[in-house]
Amino acid sequence: MKAASNLQGVLDSGQFAVTAEIGPPKGANPEVLRKHARNMKGYADAFNLTDNQTAVVRLSSWAASLVCLQEGVEPVMQMACRDRNRIAIQSDALGASALGVRNVLCLTGDHQIFGNQKEAKNVYDLDSIQELMVLRSMRDEGKTWGGDTLDSAPQLYLGAVENPFGDPFEFRVPRLAKKVAAGADFIQTQSIYDMERFETFMDQVRERGLDRKVHILAGVLPLKSAKAALYMKNKVSGMSVPDEIIDRMKNAADPKAEGIKLCVETIEHLKQVKGVHGVHIMAVAWEEKVPEIVREAGLHPRPVMMEPEH
Amino acid sequence: MIIAEQKPLNEVIEMLEGHSRVLVVGCRSCVAVCLAGGEKEAGILAESLRLHSDLKGKEWEVEEVTLERVCEKEWVRGMDSDIEGKDVVLSLACGVGAQVIHELYPGMFVVPGVNTISMGAPEEQGIYLEKCGGCGDCVLHLTGGVCPVARCSKSLMNGPCGGSQNGKCEIDPDTPCGWDQIYRSLKELNRLDLMETAIPPKNWRPSRSGGPRKTVRKEAVQTDEEKKIRGASP
Repeated sequence: MKAASNLQGVLDSGQFAVTAEIGPPKGANPEVLRKHARNMKGYADAFNLTDNQTAVVRLSSWAASLVCLQEGVEPVMQMACRDRNRIAIQSDALGASALGVRNVLCLTGDHQIFGNQKEAKNVYDLDSIQELMVLRSMRDEGKTWGGDTLDSAPQLYLGAVENPFGDPFEFRVPRLAKKVAAGADFIQTQSIYDMERFETFMDQVRERGLDRKVHILAGVLPLKSAKAALYMKNKVSGMSVPDEIIDRMKNAADPKAEGIKLCVETIEHLKQVKGVHGVHIMAVAWEEKVPEIVREAGLHPRPVMMEPEH
Repeated sequence: MIIAEQKPLNEVIEMLEGHSRVLVVGCRSCVAVCLAGGEKEAGILAESLRLHSDLKGKEWEVEEVTLERVCEKEWVRGMDSDIEGKDVVLSLACGVGAQVIHELYPGMFVVPGVNTISMGAPEEQGIYLEKCGGCGDCVLHLTGGVCPVARCSKSLMNGPCGGSQNGKCEIDPDTPCGWDQIYRSLKELNRLDLMETAIPPKNWRPSRSGGPRKTVRKEAVQTDEEKKIRGASP
């Protein structure tokens, strides 16, 4: 099968992939987005544009994806179920494919209570697994979920997320298996600090042979300070941050440099974990550090399997 | 009251697959009024299951019991002896009742014999209409006593959409337009000014802010000491 995207090309060729995240701005000015895209171009195989992350209103993921394409950078359009029903999800997927956005990441989305529109009526018509089922059916069968035949099927490379640190832990791998069965081509994980637990997760992934069915990109998030580490540990649900990481950040003379160093070490470690096919770098509000991290981790230059079309 | 509707018999039978000692639990409250799960319906359903068992040679043991209110733990606790030796409870109470049974008998497999539909009222005998969306932020004072959340197909807050014709909703010629009803009511009340007032985006937090909605009546909640005293006396 012809690759739908550069990311698919890299993963299918067996090379260690790199994706990174770009947070769209809280406003209508796309310049900051363009700047990030230009700065990071060539340092990742594709870039995730978050979809109103933590339910805070931002420039939309699909528009941000288009801005990236205009800059010659391949996007991964995130599409949360919180704000769209199945009609909007299918429509946006067709629109994305039509305009050259080929990587779509299916996710449930943070509840609006965490954002700046707490009074909103959420949608959640579909969950992320159902979203995968619907989009795969459009791509592979050329049909809408309602059964109508599309005049042309969208070209999509479908992603999903998984959190190896959520509870119940015993259900994380079965849930991953459900996502794979539903149509996920690649998986990006929550950021990893607790390597022991992640390795246990990957043992289970390999036991079920899931690493041969899906490409797993392990998530990393560079820490800026001990405070940020503590925040992750205590305030972000489903996160596991071991005390030694917090102590290491606390004792560092230059916490920011330490955070980058720690992130690079984590990537070096992840490269050795069997079944991990790449990393996903979430440098939240610290996008400018991505090139440094990628270089330091020995992952630069990136292979170019396909130039984004626009 | 809560409106429910009995599930088709073949679906009920399918849910009971792998079980044989069945307790059918009916409720004398809402589901009895809407003829879905009261004493009579529990009896009929239990008898249908016995017949099915006889015809198919399944050797099911089916008993039935009907409680006053299955949504209240006090009543449900009273069926200890009925539940003894059973391996499945077929609840004809609403979804609330079914869950209360599950909470009190956590090891027991509880299956729903009804679909819980809505909060509504009988229009006439045998016809029940949803009246309340349970949104937690009542606006009946702005809408002439007719709920736009439950009775408008789009839950619109500012008047009928373009699909309203001849008092009917675009989704179905038998469905009255909720906003047509609101308009008529406001006209009669001489409060059409309310029709012209733009209602800003609704606060859905009390409705969909996440997780089960919990209501606490502080004055009614017992202190630990009161609970102790109450617990000591039967």
